Amino acid sequence: MTSATPPVPGGSDPAELDQDPGATLTPGFRGRARPEGVTLPPGQYAEEGFPVLSAGPTPNVSPATWSFAVTNEAGATKSWTWAELMALPQEAPTVDIHCVTRWSKFGTRWRGVSLDVLLAEVESTADFAMVGSYGGYTTNLPVADLLGGKAWIAHTFDGAPLHPEHGGPARLLVPHLYFWKSAKWVRSLTLMPTDRPGFWEKLGYHDLGDPWREQRYQGD
Amino acid sequence: MTEAEARGARLGDRYAVPSGWQVATLVGRRAESASAATLVLDVQGWPGHLAGQHLDLRLTAPDGYRAERSYSLASGPAEPGTGRVEVTVQRVRDGEVSPYLVDQFPLGSAIEVRGPIGGWFVWDPVRDAGTPVLLVAGGSGLVPVMAMVRARREAGDRTPFRLIYSVRTPEDRLYTDELERLAARGDGFDASTIFTRAVSLTALRGPRRLTDSELASWGWPAELEPRVYICGPTGFVEAVSRMVVAQGHDPARVRTERFGPAAG
Repeated sequence: MTSATPPVPGGSDPAELDQDPGATLTPGFRGRARPEGVTLPPGQYAEEGFPVLSAGPTPNVSPATWSFAVTNEAGATKSWTWAELMALPQEAPTVDIHCVTRWSKFGTRWRGVSLDVLLAEVESTADFAMVGSYGGYTTNLPVADLLGGKAWIAHTFDGAPLHPEHGGPARLLVPHLYFWKSAKWVRSLTLMPTDRPGFWEKLGYHDLGDPWREQRYQGD
Repeated sequence: MTEAEARGARLGDRYAVPSGWQVATLVGRRAESASAATLVLDVQGWPGHLAGQHLDLRLTAPDGYRAERSYSLASGPAEPGTGRVEVTVQRVRDGEVSPYLVDQFPLGSAIEVRGPIGGWFVWDPVRDAGTPVLLVAGGSGLVPVMAMVRARREAGDRTPFRLIYSVRTPEDRLYTDELERLAARGDGFDASTIFTRAVSLTALRGPRRLTDSELASWGWPAELEPRVYICGPTGFVEAVSRMVVAQGHDPARVRTERFGPAAG
């Protein structure tokens, strides 16, 4: 060890680092010009492209056979076909998205149906939901993060049908949480009285995933 | 991956990410190609890792600005307490972090690390031995896959492994000598390398992308039900995973890791 900075158990002390961070850590590193006019959550960088991250092969899902089902804690199910989804009131949110792999993309334009519409008539007192996808992916979210104009079933990105690599024909869109919560190829939502971990959450990722609190991993 | 599997106990003990950042020291750097280097980091109290996991690095500029990036661990599964881990970094042109790490980051200096992270794109010689493995890597997607090859070797494991490595040119290859040595041992590890942009004058195969028939002849038939790991740029992973599934492999046995058009 030639560094003057000793390892700090439980993480570094921001106050200490702020005094003269460059002197002990990564000497000579300057980084890019800081983005102007936008605020990045901690640890994120601005990305112009649209990277793809998935745990397995991209499933082929046709709108002809697509459906989306909501099941409450009593086991009652309500479902929508593609045509039924399209017949519902549509919204066109423009939102910033933040991936846990550190890219953020500003001003993305989507079209889809608000979860407020889909969940309006569902009888439930559950506080949590498990979202399921074609291909077997799952992710858990609090119901409070799906309601109140914060979440959509999105089928259109930037004016075009959502590409299969990005979750087409339809994905969940929950832009205020890290993007692994926005399940691609979405097919179901199961309401749960108690929280249970989904796919990445079982592998150590956070149950909520708020990028502004940098909740990347369990315990953050 | 099913709803049923999500029920019950969290695997958190196995996959929990150590909380907080810790300070590591750069104790070695090896050039792997003209544009990639392996960084040897001394991390006190490193808890050990599984082959295929990654770590996060955090860099701090003089004004307090911080950049964080994830890099695949290249070294095999370290025993807890050894404190040495390796990452291989490919220089991304105009990248914010990778050119600094490959060319500038001085030996002996400090960097913050967090990890290990990830529990899906992993191969564990204890848990997974015996089932044939097909590894398909594009470019620097070789790094986590190499950790699996090294884990197998370190464990003295003889699980049949086949690696198909797609890389732009012979000069871009990583771990060339080590892969040749490992394949020459005749203990069930085979490696095939293809070049997509340029080949040597004596090459029998022109520069082109991996074909369906090459994948079929250098990989495993679906009937063997191998575990399949595919890692590389998104286009590569999409193309190869489509081929793999079309050849009859169950998508549930195919694990992918994609490097998007990252800012490096």
